[in-house]
Amino acid sequence: MKKTVFLGAFTVAGLAAAAAAAGTMDDVKARGKLNCGVTTGLVGFAAPDANGEWKGFDVAVCRAVAAAVLGDASAVEFVPTTGKTRFTALASGEIDMLARNTTWTFSRDVDLKFEFTGVNYYDGQGFMVPKELGVSSAKELDGATVCIQTGTTTELNLADFFRSNNISYEPVPIETNAEAQQQYLAGACDVYTTDASGLAATRATFENPGDHVLLPEIISKEPLGPLVRHGDHEWGDVVRWTLNALISAEELGITSANIGEMSAGTNNPEINRILGTEGTLGEMLGLDAEWSKRAIAAGGNYGEIFAQNIGEETPIGLARGLNAQWTEGGLLYSPPFR
Amino acid sequence: MADQTTNSIAFVADGNIPESPPPATETGVVKWLRDNLFSNVTNSVLTIVSLYVIYLLLASTMPWMLNGVWNASSLAECREILAGKSGACFAVLTERWHQLLYGFKYPQATEESARILGGLLTAEGYWRPNLAFLLLIVAIAPVLFFDLPRKLLLFTAVYPFLAFWLIWGGTILAPLVALIGFVAAAYVFQTFGRGSFAVGFFGAVAAAFAVWIIGGALIPEGASENAMLTAVPSRDLGGYMLNMMLGVTCVSLSLPLGIVLALGRQSSMPLIKWICVIFIEFVRGVPLITLLFVASVMLAYFFPPESTVDLFLRVVIMITMFSAAYIAEVIRGGLAALPRGQYEAADSLGLDYPQAMRLIILPQAMKISIPGIVNVAVGLFKDTTLVSVISMFDLVGMIRGPILASTEWNGVYWELLGFAALVFFVVCYGISQYSQWLERRLATDHR
Repeated sequence: MKKTVFLGAFTVAGLAAAAAAAGTMDDVKARGKLNCGVTTGLVGFAAPDANGEWKGFDVAVCRAVAAAVLGDASAVEFVPTTGKTRFTALASGEIDMLARNTTWTFSRDVDLKFEFTGVNYYDGQGFMVPKELGVSSAKELDGATVCIQTGTTTELNLADFFRSNNISYEPVPIETNAEAQQQYLAGACDVYTTDASGLAATRATFENPGDHVLLPEIISKEPLGPLVRHGDHEWGDVVRWTLNALISAEELGITSANIGEMSAGTNNPEINRILGTEGTLGEMLGLDAEWSKRAIAAGGNYGEIFAQNIGEETPIGLARGLNAQWTEGGLLYSPPFR
Repeated sequence: MADQTTNSIAFVADGNIPESPPPATETGVVKWLRDNLFSNVTNSVLTIVSLYVIYLLLASTMPWMLNGVWNASSLAECREILAGKSGACFAVLTERWHQLLYGFKYPQATEESARILGGLLTAEGYWRPNLAFLLLIVAIAPVLFFDLPRKLLLFTAVYPFLAFWLIWGGTILAPLVALIGFVAAAYVFQTFGRGSFAVGFFGAVAAAFAVWIIGGALIPEGASENAMLTAVPSRDLGGYMLNMMLGVTCVSLSLPLGIVLALGRQSSMPLIKWICVIFIEFVRGVPLITLLFVASVMLAYFFPPESTVDLFLRVVIMITMFSAAYIAEVIRGGLAALPRGQYEAADSLGLDYPQAMRLIILPQAMKISIPGIVNVAVGLFKDTTLVSVISMFDLVGMIRGPILASTEWNGVYWELLGFAALVFFVVCYGISQYSQWLERRLATDHR
């Protein structure tokens, strides 16, 4: 086995040197599959189910892009990445896009040479405490022991928050979310802090979720979104506008249920432009006219994806909050399709 | 004297006293208990304390085990069934056992699966790794138990190629060409190796590469697509199967490599000696996890996209290098323990270096090194779980990633990790029992 793979590697190394030069979109079309980087597993955002089928909020973005570009929402090769391998996987070209609840920060955008194509979830760091502690605000946590994942931005945010409020804390360093859950339940720490969506998901798995409260303070901004490599703007546009199409679809009332009749033509010109019955938006992207229709049909609009994977009906039970449409007091605001 | 003859003694025994059973305290269970558990005050106290601790452990775990729920579709449903009682949620094992054993992407047999061999088997499915595992036992038996007929070793030689074909699927031509290459190399070595070891060795390498290059070119393009067994990319392997594959491959590759390194380190040729010393010291001085990161992350930068060496192979190379360095040091210890006279005896018999090593030095050195080698093998087998940090879904990776991240099973820790501990324990305990048997079997000293 060993030697044949070597041989394969030699020949392929020669062949592939030429292919790498073309644009990502051409690569994806030639391959017939989208290589999408996801997390190795995060409740609600990406995880394979009992049949090995990837499901989740981030996964839906990958599927929408695959549907737009390749016309098949299942033509995705999901490449699981850890927090440590995700950026090298994208930079080396192993994956075409990364949808792995990655926070959009200056240094990742500028220094690591990536391009964030939007925000699909506005998150922020929160605190969870047992109800019996009787704490109602994070500012009352003076002297508390805090379970915190090491090596993350949450660790730095926590230090900043306690310092600026002039209170002290004792960190209990932990490695993974799973470990944190155990430590917190065992009483090794009074407070558990991580992204608010993670806290809600964690609390949902407790035997008595009602015994724990999430404090109202959100101490950091964590805009999570899909990203692509710097420099390939055509591909970046495809990912960006696929995400925007999902968001606009919710705003304009296009759902997976009514998309069939709406694509017959409506009185709203923007809906017509999105669904490709008017204008040449698809052509400008280098795709066909029905690209966004397929993207929306793949898993529904943004609201449907949210409700299905992490919304209030699911065990995770996240409220829309900041992730509501701008018309409903949230931050979701897609530029117009024009 | 006189008194005795005049019956002044009241009683004289004229026969044996009938045998009576030993006192109750000196026999059976009671004696054993007194000897082993309650022989003095300290021991008695310790016994009682230990019994109490054991009771506490069982009292807290047994209800949990016995109340276990085996049929439920999610943790929430488990808790509903238990209704507040303490109990395990083994339902996660019933629902996800195939993911724990084979990973979540290994193709399962479906209704539409192509039938092969006259409809007897399907082109995909878990029977492939299962059969590979059964054959592994057959293949490994003559290596482990040398009382078995030596002819069986022929199957052992074919096994790696057969297993590769079963697990990865695809065209049978690829493993076949690889096998023919090795056969050609062995033939060349047999023919020319008698005259000069170097000629035989390099001739064999050249012959093997000639066969592989010609054979590789002859395999038709796309042969894997309509092969009898569906091709499975390495990325889709996972679960305990991946741990077993990595463990078996790496142990069997690192043992010969370790021997070569150990001999090289003792060599009187400075170049070879220093290459081996530097290799061993460098690899031993680097954590395995670093090597794995290099394998998974750094190498991707050196190759053009889509053309990297297979991830499984990269990991195998790194783990093999790592354990070979350790095994080399263990064997060097064995070599150093041999009296100088053994080397001199070999020389005085007129044996050349390969003969002396093969017939006199290594058999003794290896015997001394068995416990150390087994130690490395057990450690290596457990180290294969480290691949989960480079996003390969071995058993631990499956638990930490997909299963604990599913909305149904988030929060089930003890059941899953207990299962992982159990399957690893079975194999590691087996390895250790085998090594003890081997030590007894090879004991030639007079005690």
